Amino acid sequence: METLRTFGHFTRDSLALLVRGDRYYYGWIAFLLLLMALGGFAYAAQVREGLIVTHMRDQVSWGFYIGNFTFLVGVAAAAIMLVIPAYVYHWGPIKEITLLGELLAVSALVMCLGFVLVDIGRVDRFWHIIPFVGRLNLPSSLLAWDVLALNGYLLLNWTVVTYLLYCSYTGKAYNRSIVIPLVLSSIPMAVSIHTVTAFLYNGLAARPFWNSAILAPRFLASAFCSGPAILLILLQILRRTTRLKVQDEAIFKVAELMAYTMGFNLLLTAAEVFKEFYSNTEHLVFIRYLFFGLKGHTGLVPFAWASILTGAVAFLLFLVPRTRTNWVTLNIGCVLIYASVYIEKGMALIIPGLTPDVLGDIYVYRPSLTELLVAAGIFAMGFLVFTLMLKIAVPLMLGEFPGPASKGQPLRKPAAYIS
Amino acid sequence: MSDDSSRHLRMTRRNSRRAFLGGALAAAAGALATGCGKEGMEAFLQRNFRELSRDDLDRIIRRLEGEAQRKYGRRIRIGAEPAMQGVVFGYALDLSRCVGCRRCVHACVKENNPSRDPEIQWIRVLEMEKEKGVDLEAADAYYDPAEVPREGHFYMPVQCQQCRNPPCVKVCPVGATWKEKDGIVVVDYNWCIGCRYCMAACPYGARHFNWAEPGIPSADLNPVTHYLGNRPRPKGVVEKCTFCIQRTRKGLYPACVEICPTGSRKFGNLADPKSEIRYILENKRVFLFKGELNTQPRFFYFYGV
Ligand code: SF4
Ligand code: SF4
Repeated sequence: METLRTFGHFTRDSLALLVRGDRYYYGWIAFLLLLMALGGFAYAAQVREGLIVTHMRDQVSWGFYIGNFTFLVGVAAAAIMLVIPAYVYHWGPIKEITLLGELLAVSALVMCLGFVLVDIGRVDRFWHIIPFVGRLNLPSSLLAWDVLALNGYLLLNWTVVTYLLYCSYTGKAYNRSIVIPLVLSSIPMAVSIHTVTAFLYNGLAARPFWNSAILAPRFLASAFCSGPAILLILLQILRRTTRLKVQDEAIFKVAELMAYTMGFNLLLTAAEVFKEFYSNTEHLVFIRYLFFGLKGHTGLVPFAWASILTGAVAFLLFLVPRTRTNWVTLNIGCVLIYASVYIEKGMALIIPGLTPDVLGDIYVYRPSLTELLVAAGIFAMGFLVFTLMLKIAVPLMLGEFPGPASKGQPLRKPAAYIS
Repeated sequence: MSDDSSRHLRMTRRNSRRAFLGGALAAAAGALATGCGKEGMEAFLQRNFRELSRDDLDRIIRRLEGEAQRKYGRRIRIGAEPAMQGVVFGYALDLSRCVGCRRCVHACVKENNPSRDPEIQWIRVLEMEKEKGVDLEAADAYYDPAEVPREGHFYMPVQCQQCRNPPCVKVCPVGATWKEKDGIVVVDYNWCIGCRYCMAACPYGARHFNWAEPGIPSADLNPVTHYLGNRPRPKGVVEKCTFCIQRTRKGLYPACVEICPTGSRKFGNLADPKSEIRYILENKRVFLFKGELNTQPRFFYFYGV
């Protein structure tokens, strides 16, 4: 009862915090809401007219939405890049930013689910995929597994984050026997969400481009570069704009880890390319479409090469200690990695997987304005969720939360919430 | 039969689920999505075809017939004939005879009520070069010569292969598509969520999606339909060839078999050793399209001469 009341206060105080802010905060929120409104209008038209307003067609039946979904699953999974060092190796400086990684995972998952919802043809029947209520086709459908894995991971992260923040709020120490098992289980869960998503494509014999055993490892490797790339930039913004302390050392450590994963990612890509070109079977056609174009259709070619190039440059920047510890080159590297993986997951995975189609037809897909607007809306929603969560989390981590303190109790500084 | 008891079990489960869903959320979403009122609500909460009792099904069919009548201004009949005992359908297509005239394509459209605008066709006829054999990269589905067949070419119609090991069924997250006892792979248009996973999984491009509200001039509508076959479809769901389930379960040939001017298309009961289809399988050179994928089609290509 008492806990419930305190939790009520926590919620109320958190909400109160959300409406307070300077004009940059309000401007940012207004901008995000504007994008969401645009996306909302575009989506309303899509529901009215049908998916015909996208440029997907029978030949390329999945496109930009599912590409973004795939990319963001990687971002969500990558949160454990921060969790593993913090909890497994008890590596000090990283601990404070672990919470941020988890917040990022939550917002990435919100976006993932958003992209899945806007992609289905009958959103009014979404309840058919709710376990026990609908009729989930287990164990045979990987999409059904994905629904379970993604929602499970969302719930897990959400619970941990809320619980830790709540403990910070009350100033009491959190219960280790609750938190540690949850956090540790989030590690295999994170691996599983991206693996299951990879298996979604991987298991389709009809699409040779995806039907490769190293697809799941490739997914993980690329996720473990792109997710932290976003985080590194965020951390720098946060330590500029708030009083949050993030040690240089923590950032450089993450950058070093990224160098390894990026190297691994490039290696796996090379292995794939070798197998296709050297064996030179009829399946080569997809990768040829991607890298060189087919029958005069070369729309994807610049993207494919840009992805490889940016990835390779970023790898070098992160590999060399001098450029890794230089803020300018570090940030350039982050942007390049982000671009590389976003292009790879967003365009260079889905589209060549489906082009040419199973009967050899080439349909040139590029996202329509509706798809771009809806996607922008979903990204804005994700950023909004992340911003609002940060707005609560940062003061709590700093011990500046105007909570019980306003009732005259001093707050214990709970920033390093795991020890 | 034990089928009855499991059906009873499913019904009880269904009722408790329906009670669960009867919440305000469902009401709001249902009313929003499918028009207001009791009918809209019922459509929203409708269960998978395989979980419906006879009574539920009758009521739903009446509702769907009413909807179709309002939309097209014509009476249509929606049948639900079950698979016949001891019948497993099989199809065979004589590649040496097909001339690529595409009459089958048009007969199929006339029979099965796919959308005319945007256009959906369940059969795709590929023009191939004899010299290259079955080479999909050299195939042309959009050939348009003054006269067929064209010198040096052969024609390969492709439609749903009614796989015995269908990847489309395996991947569907909600069980909206399944294999019937007579071998026909069907879709419940009222249960499909339109995720299009089955389209990614089908190696034959047999599945088609209603990207927009199907446009069918009411004069062109075929009023004799089957629940799992050619009844009018809503937008946002997939559909496919069903071996003309509405005809073949009554002992008729599929429309494409009936129309083919060269007699390239053969159809029959695989379970009947004296059927023509069995004769072909036993005496002709048969090949399975993409046999290496182990989908095990019930659609056989053969060389009659
Ligand atoms: S051909 Fe395609 S749609 Fe037909 S049963 Fe096989 S996988 Fe399914
Ligand atoms: S589109 Fe429909 S039938 Fe196909 S997999 Fe999704 S829910 Fe199943």
